[in-house]
Amino acid sequence: MSKSLTFRAYLLSALIFGVMLMGWYLATLPQKTVAVSQADAEYAALMGGGAVKKSGMPTPLEVGHTFREKLADPFYDHGPNDKGIGIQLGYSLTRVLAGFALAALVAIPLGFVVGMSPIMHRALDPYIQILKPISPLAWMPLALYTIKDSSASAIFVIFICSLWPMLINTAYGVAAVKRDWLNVAKTLEVSPLRKAFLVILPAAAPTILTGMRISMGIAWLVIVAAEMLVGGTGIGYFVWNEWNNLSLTNVIFAVLMIGIVGMMLDMVFGWLSRLVAYND
Amino acid sequence: MSAFDDPFDPKVKLASQGCSCGRHSNQTEHQLDEDARIGRVVETTVMRALFPHDETRRNFIRAVGASTAFAAISTLFPMAAAKALAADRAPLEKPDLKIGFVPITCATPIIMAGPMGFYSREGLNVSLLKTAGWAVVRDKVMNKEYDASHMLSPMPLAISLGLGSQAQPIDVAAIENINGQAITMHVKHKNNLDPKQWKGLKFGIPFDYSIHNFLLRYFLAENGIDPDKDVELRIMAPPDMVANLRAGNIDGFLGPEPFNQRAVYEEVGFIHTLSRDIWDGHPCCAFGVSHEFTKAYPNTFAALFRAIASATEYAHKPENRDDIIKAIAPANYLNQPIPVLEQVMTGHFADGLGKVRNVPDRVDFDPFPWQSMAVWMLTQMKRWGYLKGDVNYKQIAEQVFLATDARKRMKEMGLSAPASNYSKYTIMGKEFDPAKPEQYLKSFKISRA
Repeated sequence: MSKSLTFRAYLLSALIFGVMLMGWYLATLPQKTVAVSQADAEYAALMGGGAVKKSGMPTPLEVGHTFREKLADPFYDHGPNDKGIGIQLGYSLTRVLAGFALAALVAIPLGFVVGMSPIMHRALDPYIQILKPISPLAWMPLALYTIKDSSASAIFVIFICSLWPMLINTAYGVAAVKRDWLNVAKTLEVSPLRKAFLVILPAAAPTILTGMRISMGIAWLVIVAAEMLVGGTGIGYFVWNEWNNLSLTNVIFAVLMIGIVGMMLDMVFGWLSRLVAYND
Repeated sequence: MSAFDDPFDPKVKLASQGCSCGRHSNQTEHQLDEDARIGRVVETTVMRALFPHDETRRNFIRAVGASTAFAAISTLFPMAAAKALAADRAPLEKPDLKIGFVPITCATPIIMAGPMGFYSREGLNVSLLKTAGWAVVRDKVMNKEYDASHMLSPMPLAISLGLGSQAQPIDVAAIENINGQAITMHVKHKNNLDPKQWKGLKFGIPFDYSIHNFLLRYFLAENGIDPDKDVELRIMAPPDMVANLRAGNIDGFLGPEPFNQRAVYEEVGFIHTLSRDIWDGHPCCAFGVSHEFTKAYPNTFAALFRAIASATEYAHKPENRDDIIKAIAPANYLNQPIPVLEQVMTGHFADGLGKVRNVPDRVDFDPFPWQSMAVWMLTQMKRWGYLKGDVNYKQIAEQVFLATDARKRMKEMGLSAPASNYSKYTIMGKEFDPAKPEQYLKSFKISRA
């Protein structure tokens, strides 16, 4: 039964994909363009008559071709402004991981403090509430002005956007540890450090990982926009550069790559959270 | 004096420090000797090139005498200039440089100097970094991430004056390109060619402190349209201009190439007015260097100037344009289709209205940073309220636009440079005299000053 359900689901997925491709194909069928001035062949040539222009909405075939071409050689390096998609994604991932790791270093211990101490919770809550809704990119000008380094500013923006979900989830997870378990720990006179690592951390781990998963999702969203803003390297720069070329084919390719990498990052955290999950 | 002189000898001066090599009594004498030595090296090289066989040279000099020989050869070869150039070619303080550019054809000399070897000829190792926009260029120059950068020519004035940013002195070493912009309108305005009828339209410009903004405002105002009240000017990146034009969000733009031609190529717009028809020979982009850099690394700056000026001179010649297009079109630089670049660089182009036009100086390249250009930009900044109060036009222009410096270096390179730093211009039939900026400013009917 469940096997046939999976099979049918896959079939439906394939069908949806086919319909989407078909719709795309039909929408981008070459239109009969009226020649601007048939008499003047020179003018038509200058207007790119007959030439394939890169900027219009591409057909699925063109995008497929771009995929094959770009993925065949993902690590080429033709100077500072022209690097393969693999290198660009590598730059973006490095920035995301650096910002994310810094945020984890700050948010998880701070989340413990906020979760375990009601007074700290009350004291820090207004700041968290005010800083949390600020769009990460709004920090960009300030970061550029103070840090004076565009790459470090991008990492800072990732840091600031990854911070809040991790902090809030850690605090919530720590605060929601069952009273019974804490009471048992108290009865057994466990030292505070031991209590934090052996009782609270395992109990709060699933919530903490949920926070990290949300943070990673946001960080991957933000890095693209940040790199479009500062340029230089990374997948966001790649999108901007192809936009500057008005090449929608390459932009679609980059967008799909961003989606695929984002999905893989999410899968890693999904797997991690299954590792720490437990049943009462 | 040498360290071994007797300090008890009354004839010996203890205060004298001697020179760096120890053979001269002071540094000035050392320098004179050094210059003479470099001069000898240059003379020897020239003579060796002129007379491959030494016997011929000796016979020639014996026949006419040394001074006549020197004078004769000096008429053939700019000996003094070559000596000055050689003396200038002192060791580079900072050979590895980061130079920013925005991918538009205005950056042509800065870009082509990389792949075509103009930087490496001067011993410079330059990374050319494509930059996402003008505000980022400004920030990266101010942060010293870039040693030098492609800038819009009013930007160094604005940054030096602290308009739109903190004040930081920036030098304009050279102008990158002249002309090369256009007003492009949406195809739906094909029958609306009279700018006097353009009330209520929306236009794109690339940056507040851009020649594009000042030229568009000037053009509209001369046609009786108040750019602040009758139309809407929006700041957007050039590719966004083409996309917004396609979507109908803007009615036109005054932007850099190749995006005007790109709009025509995409069949969304037509070229209404080339910027050369507003002001023939107007400056567009500049090569900006922070003043700190110019002061700290004079030899590097000189080498950089030579690379840029010779690239600009090379780009000026129509016969070189084909090679240049091939050098700047790849993804590493402009990342644009060749047919579009060809139409821009050769001036043989489709205008989007069904005509083929031939304007060879549609884009041109001339490095001399006229201070009168700076004065004009300052008048327009004041006219539209970017700059308030009393403006010392001449002082600012001379501080930021290094015209005297450029002339000296261009002469050393054997390039022709104008004799003056100021020139009068005729812009849409109206004369601008750089000696009377305030009077010029008062002559405008539409003005915020």
